[in-house]
Amino acid sequence: MFDQDKLIHTKIRNSRFRGLWLLTLNLVLFCPIAAMATETVTATTAAASSTWWIWPVSLFVVTLVMGIVAVLGGIGGAVLYVPIISGFFPFHLDFVRGTGLLVALSGALAAGPSLLRSDLANLRLAIPVALIASTSAIFGSMIGLAVSTNIVQICLGITVLGIVALMFMAKKSELPDVPKADALSSALRIYGVYTEGSSGQTVNWKIHRTPVGLAVFIIIGFMAGMFGLGAGWANVPVLNLIMGAPLKISVGTSKFLLSITDTSAAWIYFNQGCVIPMIVIPSLIGIMLGSFIGVKILKKAKPAFIRWMVIMLLIFAGLKALQKGLGIM
Amino acid sequence: MSEESVVVNTHHEQVIYANILEKGMYLGLGGLIVTFGLYVFGVIPSAIPLAEVSKYWSQDAHSYLEAINRDFLHLDHPLIGWTWTTLLRKGDFLNFLSIAILASLTILCYLAIIPSLLKKKDAVYTLMTIVGVVILVLAASGILVVGGH
Repeated sequence: MFDQDKLIHTKIRNSRFRGLWLLTLNLVLFCPIAAMATETVTATTAAASSTWWIWPVSLFVVTLVMGIVAVLGGIGGAVLYVPIISGFFPFHLDFVRGTGLLVALSGALAAGPSLLRSDLANLRLAIPVALIASTSAIFGSMIGLAVSTNIVQICLGITVLGIVALMFMAKKSELPDVPKADALSSALRIYGVYTEGSSGQTVNWKIHRTPVGLAVFIIIGFMAGMFGLGAGWANVPVLNLIMGAPLKISVGTSKFLLSITDTSAAWIYFNQGCVIPMIVIPSLIGIMLGSFIGVKILKKAKPAFIRWMVIMLLIFAGLKALQKGLGIM
Repeated sequence: MSEESVVVNTHHEQVIYANILEKGMYLGLGGLIVTFGLYVFGVIPSAIPLAEVSKYWSQDAHSYLEAINRDFLHLDHPLIGWTWTTLLRKGDFLNFLSIAILASLTILCYLAIIPSLLKKKDAVYTLMTIVGVVILVLAASGILVVGGH
């Protein structure tokens, strides 16, 4: 009888998460406010001027939902923000990318303290990775602001969809099998313990293939700066599948990493004038409030649920990037 | 050193980092809300009128900066780098202050954990953290110039 009650309780809890996921996905993908905003673009300049307030209100609502989804998916809100806002709002890509980096940065800043205190983000893992990624992000942002983005958008879409394929093929990504820590991670003492919130189980973890993982972060940082997309979409698979960190540590550390990696790139965009307060502030407030809500849910969410959410988000982001790169309307 | 003790030490630095990050994040977020309120409700006059902003945001950043300088700011050069600090009396550019605070938090957090790393004689992580600060300060300085599209 007790087991039956437990089973029913688990099913109810799982269905709540599924319902939340479907609701947030629908809100992001089919947000009526975004659709309304698109139609408004076609109106005359005079009409647009008299209804200027619709833009900050629309941005706030859309980014609030994005903030929740981004934390649960272990990605920066920017990977959703850049394709969706550039697709449905009339802003130039320069401002969308600049804001996208600030969105990813702010979401990470909001989630960071809680992730660090709960050991879901690991500072010893983050510091060497961030050093490499933030340096290459500077170069990426400088080049991204100097060249056309069509070709690189196509490459990005293919890369993200490739990561999704890799995640589908991986068999042990929730708690990867790491028989022995490699020499570099042992020397840097990168290992830790966290408590799995959904089961109360204590998990000891270590990583391997650290040199390969760090090398991949050169590319990730570069692309993050170049596209203004943050880097969570790639951080999670590399930390989890290549370096062998548990999925929850990968998700938490990835989110925290964005607060460092995107800082360097965001400053480049900020200093080049790619920031308009009317676009940036409603987006930042929305994403930060969404992140607060997302972190509360993350502590109780199951790894399998998070994994599927990451996959769904990556598929959408990859297709959107391909669509933009190929100019398909 | 046992694995368990290392975890405890790491957690101590994470708490230092988290505490500063949290305070700065609240300061930045509060600042964003206040300055944006002052801006959109017209308490502090903006350099670019609210109803006019939408006429410019579909241009690329370079054209946008030239256009707003020509039409509103009338500076010797278009606004790049830290020039915005000279326009803090304007509601729209006052918002940049909160953005700059948020973008500077990682630098502050890194600086805050350096004493703890030094105390533990963790030379490798001390060096990585210092280099990280230098890189972020370089990015923030505005020294790195980008060519247009």
